[in-house]
Formats: sequence, structure tokens, C-alpha cells
Amino acid sequence: MSKNIRFIQGNEACVEGALYAGVEFFAGYPITPSTEIAEHLSQRLPQRGGKFIQMEDEIASMCAIIGASLTGHKVMTATSGPGFSLKQEAIGYACMAEIPCVIANVQRGGPSTGNPTHVSQGDVNQARWGTHGDHSIIALTASNHQDIFSITVDAFNLAETYRTPVILLLDEAIGHLREKLAIPEEGELAIVDRLRTSQPKGVDYHPYLPREDGRLPMSDFGGHHRYNVTGLFHDMWGFPSNNPKIVNELLRHLTDKIDANINSITRYKEYFLDDAEYVFISYGSSARSAIHLARNRRNKGEKIGVLELQSIWPFPRDLVREKCEKAKAVLVVEMNMGQVLTQVKAAVDEPSRVFLANRFDGKLITPTDIKRLLRVIQGRGV
Amino acid sequence: MAVKDYLRERYFPHMWCPGCGHGTILNSLIRAIEDLGLDKSEIVMTSGIGCSARISGYVDFHSLHTLHGRALAFATGVKLSRPELKVIVPMGDGDALAIGGNHFIHAARRNIDITAVVMNNRIYGMTGGQFSPLSGAGVKATTAPYKTIDSNFDVVELAKAAGATFVARSTAYHAQEATGYLKKAIEHKGFSVVEILSQCPTHYGRKNKEGDAVSMLELHKTNTAKLGSKALENNPELIARGVFLDVDRPEYCQEYDKIIEQASKG
Repeated sequence: MSKNIRFIQGNEACVEGALYAGVEFFAGYPITPSTEIAEHLSQRLPQRGGKFIQMEDEIASMCAIIGASLTGHKVMTATSGPGFSLKQEAIGYACMAEIPCVIANVQRGGPSTGNPTHVSQGDVNQARWGTHGDHSIIALTASNHQDIFSITVDAFNLAETYRTPVILLLDEAIGHLREKLAIPEEGELAIVDRLRTSQPKGVDYHPYLPREDGRLPMSDFGGHHRYNVTGLFHDMWGFPSNNPKIVNELLRHLTDKIDANINSITRYKEYFLDDAEYVFISYGSSARSAIHLARNRRNKGEKIGVLELQSIWPFPRDLVREKCEKAKAVLVVEMNMGQVLTQVKAAVDEPSRVFLANRFDGKLITPTDIKRLLRVIQGRGV
Repeated sequence: MAVKDYLRERYFPHMWCPGCGHGTILNSLIRAIEDLGLDKSEIVMTSGIGCSARISGYVDFHSLHTLHGRALAFATGVKLSRPELKVIVPMGDGDALAIGGNHFIHAARRNIDITAVVMNNRIYGMTGGQFSPLSGAGVKATTAPYKTIDSNFDVVELAKAAGATFVARSTAYHAQEATGYLKKAIEHKGFSVVEILSQCPTHYGRKNKEGDAVSMLELHKTNTAKLGSKALENNPELIARGVFLDVDRPEYCQEYDKIIEQASKG
């Protein structure tokens, strides 16, 4: 049992998770509602010899963490809607050049400046498709501080394992909510360190030649292997190429390394699903209301269960289909106009039984909001 | 070592046009590094996008070819995370001062120990000859068929005002002089800027009737004069070459080390 119990904000739980995972470098720019992540890391990182830098803008902070990752460090930035939009160009660069990094997006209402101090989950699709071109991405989320902590550790682990940017999709409500966090003891959670090449000095190192398992051992900038990193399509040395075979293979590699490992990447929790007639699918702070309602109604004998997604991208289609197989109806509970709903409808056998319980007015969706929709659906005889 | 020992010959021939000044600047840069006796593995060359940016692929250093305008932001992450590395950032004029203008002034303001080399040919070459913020007024370009009305930045004045602590200017014609300034810039502790005028006969020269590479190189000679020279005194219209600023100011990574020391004490 942890002796280190804290009563803190979700954004701080994210900071604690990042420190536990071994973050060494953070670059950021002030933006509501994610600023606390930067503030706390500006204090904590130098205490352990890490580096914090407040950059001139969101773009620069994304670029700076990529530079720092290449020198062999675990890196992170944090932002919200408008900043997340600005970072997309460099997120695409990190996808293409396969640079491990973690980007926390504490979601607020959008589009544009939107609703800076209020909750939203409107960036789900942006996390998937914000940057241009075909690519794959990992996006994780959580609904309570203990899970924010562990999912942040997972984010670093997955970034290092798959050499990819990982998006942490938090939201304003969970980011600013205060609740208990028990910080695990050292060793309680697994930490993945970067896979580095064992090629000795003087032997030709191929930074972009995947091993049989698809992984690419890295070499730190400053080490004895000197190689090229670029956002252009590139060959195994990292040198630009527009050879159709190389372009084709690289794009397939970039997507396959994530999509083919969906089972290892998928994170979820389930509540009362075994005999559930009605399944709520939710994530982030919305899931708190979904779980609350399901628990209350279970006490009255209603067969309601919850599938809480903790990884949204790559979308766990097979999991969702399987968990919804026996349901009379599925309610996707989210704070946007149906971004995960679209994915769920595409995943299940009977999309006509999938409904949306949502809010997108800056207010947290409540158990009552969900219950109201549930009753309408039940009234229709579904 | 010979110059070619610093090059990745595997990637040649390079993609620069015949007569381009960028190859000469690469030569000046490599000679500076050779003279300083730097180990290739202690150098990170970070570049953005454009003709100039391809320079990083051709050199046998750690090379980071990034996004248009963002080279200094990436370089800041490299340098702060590993201050013992020498970070050199060659950039084009559009790359450094249009899309990258904000990063340029802020890197200068921080006085982070990075050497920025602005390879100024006053044109966007890779996209086919559009005017840049260093073209200045009265220049013809594919996006200025009636000539530009935009004023240009003076890189030297901008870098000084923004907080750079070493600022110099030379040209592709004055290759040995450029090597000297680059050496000083790389050795300087703090943010150093070397503007090197380059020629683009393919786009700028042709549009503006400046002739071939040889006549454009001749212009580097006749249009410029050494700082403090009689020629410059007699004709202030000439572009000054020389070291404009070389001062000491606390360097960013060293200052951050003090923060770490303070924070570690609890």
C-alpha cells in the first residue's frame, strides 16, 4: 500500500504519473485548462535534474520536445484545443520521424477559442486526424486521478515502445477536479525504457530499418552513430527518398506498427457488463456520470453496465463489438456531438441500437442527463 | 581531415542548382568546423525546409531536417536537453525570418548557445522564386510580377535588437572571411548569428537580370564593404560585412543549471 496519499487536481495526477514514468524534459506554453501541468513540472523537473522550458508558442514547444527526445530523453508537453491545433504539424513530424513523445490535451470547448474554462470532449477526432496524411496514433484517457496517474505512465511506455507520439486526452472537468491519489511505490508499475541499438561504433547503423517485430532501436544524438532525421519519406538511413517502394513500405510500417498491436495498446475498464441489457460506453469525466448512474440503477435491479474506454485510438472495435453483443441498446456517453458514437456504430453488429447521450454546452454531463435518454429509449421499446 | 570526410557522399550529388551559393557556404562551414577541430559526433546540425535546409543531410554530423521555420525550436530542445553538444542551425531567409521569425527572435532573446547561419539569397528557391522578407522593395519574383513593395528585415539589426550576443555578416564570395566568422560564432558562448549572402542565379538572378552566378558573385564583392573600411565610409549604401557584435551575456543552459542547483537543494 502506498504511504504517499495526495489530495490533488487531475492535472497534478498527470504530472505525478509523468514523473513516475521518468519524464526528463517538458516544453510548454500557457493555456487554460492545462497550465497546471506546466506549472508543476516547472517546479518538479529541476529538482531531479530535468529540464523545463516555456517556449514562445505552442508550435515551438512541440518542436522542442522532439529535439529533446532525440538526445535520449523522455519528453512531454501539455496543451488544450487551440494549442493542440497548433501542434499538429509537429505531431505529424513525430509520427513520420518516429520520435517518442507524450502530448497531454486537457480538452476545453471548441472550435476556436471556444469555451476555455469549461469541459468538452470535442477533440477525439482531432487526436486521430489532426495532422495531415495517413498515419496512426495512440490516444489514451482516464476518468479518475488514480487512472490518470497510471494511464500517463502507460502513455510514456507506449510512446517508447512504438516510437510514436501518444496523446493523453484529458478534459477540463477531470483536470481541475480534486480527489485522492495514492502514488504507487517505485516498482509497482512497470516502466518501459527506450530500446537502444546495440550496434557498436563503426558498424553501419540503420535508424529506420525495422526489426522483425517492427521495432526500431534508437541511438541518442550525441552518441557515436550519426544519422539523419527528416519529415520527408526516407530510407533506412533516414535519408529523403521518393522511391515508390520506400514510400509505400514506410507508410505501411507507420500504420501497422500501431494498428497491428491494438490488443497490446487497448486499455479499458468494465462495470457490471456480464448480464447488462443496456451498455453505456464512455470515457474521461463523462464516464464518472455513466458509472454513477449504472451503480445506482443496479441497486434497483436494472441491468445496466459500463464499458469505459481508456484507449480511444486505435479504436478497439473488436472489444466494443464483443461487449455490446448481448445488449438491447448501447448508449455512448460523451461531451461532443458523437465522435466516439460514430466509431461504436461502425464496430457493432446492429448500429441502429446505438444511441448518443451527450452534452456539448460546457456543462458536465450528469447521471440525470443519461437517465433521461435511457428512459426515452426504453419508452420506445428498445 | 579533408572536406569530404565531413560529407555523406552517399547522398551526393546534392540538389542545389548550378551556380548556387549554398555549396560554397557549406564549404566555409565545414572548414570552420575542421579548423576548430570539433569531433563530428559532438555536432548536431538542425535545419528547416528549403534549399538551404538540405545542408543538414549532406554533412556527417547528427542531422535533424525539420519543419519549415521551426529549426531553432527543435534546436532549442536538443541544446537544452544536452548542452555539451554544439548545435548549428543553417536556415534560408524565408525559413529563418518569415515563418520562423518568432523562433528566431526568441532564441536570440534567451541567448541559448546555438549558432544560426542565415543563408540569404533573398528568394524562396525551392518553391520556384517567390519573394522573401529579405528581398526588400523593388524586387521581381514570381509572386511579385510588378515588383515588391515590402521592406526587408536587416538580419544584423534584428538579431542585435532581439538579444543575440554574436552577430556577423559575410558573403559566399568572401568564403574565407565567412569561415573566420563562423569559427568565432561556433566558439561563442551564447546565441550567434552569421548572415551569409548567397546567390540564386536560377530564380533571383534571372528574374532581376543580375546575370549568371559569376556576375552575382561579383555583386557580393562590389555591393559590400568591410565594417570600418574607407569604402563603406565613402558609400554608406554598401552592405557592411564584419563582426557587428561580440558580447558576453548569461547563456540560457548555464542559467538553467543554476536553477537545477537551486531546486535540488529543496
